[in-house]
Amino acid sequence: MSAGAPPQLSEEDLLVPAARPTLGKRLRSMSRKYASAIALIVAILVAWEVIVRAAHVPEYLLPSPTEILADLKTDWVILWPAMWVTLREVLIGFVIATVAGVGLAVLLHLYGPLRRAMYPILIGSQTIPIIVLAPILVILLGYGILPKLVIVALICFFPIVVNGLDGLRAVDDDFIRMMYTLDATRWGIFRRVEFPGALPSFFSGMRIAATFASIGAVFGEWSGSNAGLGYVMLAATPNLLTSRIFAAILILTVISLVLFGLVSLLERILVPWAPRRESA
Amino acid sequence: MPAELSRNGDGPPDAIPGDGVGIHLRGVGKRFGEIVALRGIDFEIPRHSRIGIVGPSGGGKSTLLHIVAGLMEPDTGEVNVEGATAAKDRLARCALMPQRDLLLPWRTALDNATIALENRGVSRSEARSRTRPLFTRFGLAMFEEVRPAQLSGGMRQRVSFLRTLVADKDVLLLDEPFGALDSITRAQMQEWLLRALGDVPRTVLLVTHDVEEALLLSKVVVVLSARPGRVVRVLTAGFPTESPRREIVTSPEFVALKEQALEAIG
Repeated sequence: MSAGAPPQLSEEDLLVPAARPTLGKRLRSMSRKYASAIALIVAILVAWEVIVRAAHVPEYLLPSPTEILADLKTDWVILWPAMWVTLREVLIGFVIATVAGVGLAVLLHLYGPLRRAMYPILIGSQTIPIIVLAPILVILLGYGILPKLVIVALICFFPIVVNGLDGLRAVDDDFIRMMYTLDATRWGIFRRVEFPGALPSFFSGMRIAATFASIGAVFGEWSGSNAGLGYVMLAATPNLLTSRIFAAILILTVISLVLFGLVSLLERILVPWAPRRESA
Repeated sequence: MPAELSRNGDGPPDAIPGDGVGIHLRGVGKRFGEIVALRGIDFEIPRHSRIGIVGPSGGGKSTLLHIVAGLMEPDTGEVNVEGATAAKDRLARCALMPQRDLLLPWRTALDNATIALENRGVSRSEARSRTRPLFTRFGLAMFEEVRPAQLSGGMRQRVSFLRTLVADKDVLLLDEPFGALDSITRAQMQEWLLRALGDVPRTVLLVTHDVEEALLLSKVVVVLSARPGRVVRVLTAGFPTESPRREIVTSPEFVALKEQALEAIG
């Protein structure tokens, strides 16, 4: 039998991907990809600047982009330590949410009765606005980092669980059947098919969560704190330091974007086989 | 009467190799709600023979394979696979090659093929070193570390078949293995499959809607009717696997059998 000549392989048998593009090429294609977005942002900023200056809008009502940048420089001593406080809340809260979210999604997926019991409660819990919970959590847990972590985690947790659960359940039945005829146990199917197959869904939940995380931290700080970007904004409001509020918002945006970028990077590393979307 | 194989007009099939209980179906029926997928299927396949099942699309052929494999129980009738009647025991004796290749996109070709061994608790490195020689033997050398997305349809189907083979079950159930391939690749794959199957004696049940494929690849061809699927004809094929394909398919015997099968399908 083994004497049979191996079948000839042709070029078409292996669809070789194009060679990895050079850094220069990738940068150029990236700048092409984001060119329109960058152009739009620049246009908005220019329009903002022009309108504020032309209409002589006072800084405490609406500062211009250049006034915000100037404030970022002068208030850096206040904003820099505040950023670290908020960043810590965002990152730790996000990690807690990811661990708990992935854990709960897996648990609910593997135990049907638990899923049926908990899924409605999970959905129902989302109708409670977190902002209402924040003061209660501060009463319960004090003014420290703990209530902020809980709020960040509560906000981030939901999209991870729901996306992850959907991903785990979306696995094609044919794969499951195939695995059963190949002697797989329930655990083997989970480990080798369902979980790896659901990873892209978990990551899309994490990307959504990444954009919510800083909102959670700010809610937490507004409800009771003496540090962080949210606290800085709250303290700046009665003093009409509007530029400082905008500077804090700018830093929060950067924090969210960095977290989003980190999640996307992690996905690229852990899920290299997933088809790439055109843009994030 | 389970002696279905001798029911056709061509006389009893005398060229079926093997012995002992292969696959016995008795009065097997299955319905999904209003739809009757299978009705009163009887046939008996000796161990280590190669049987083709042809029939129109939607005729319950895949359902039949799932029942034999132990993935589902029939509503009526009995199934016996090498002495096993309980679904769980049938599952342990059968490996099913699905219609779609169903390769896991995150695993390389080799890691896809080893999955049955890993499922049984064999370590990954051990499973890999045991499977690697098969890649060389079946014309897949150098494709071990390639992900499915980079393989052509024919190559993916080979990896999928190899994965089924590595499971090392006595009964192989092939569900339209080449249904998704173009006709040229399909012909190449049929030859490849014959070579690969010749290695170790196994009971093979091949489901296809392609009469020619069934006649070329199996010793006996069972013709199923349109839904509800019933056995309407049993034909003895068993063409020499060494002869060139073109010679076989143009021979009067082959053409006559094909004619009979097509007529039975209606």
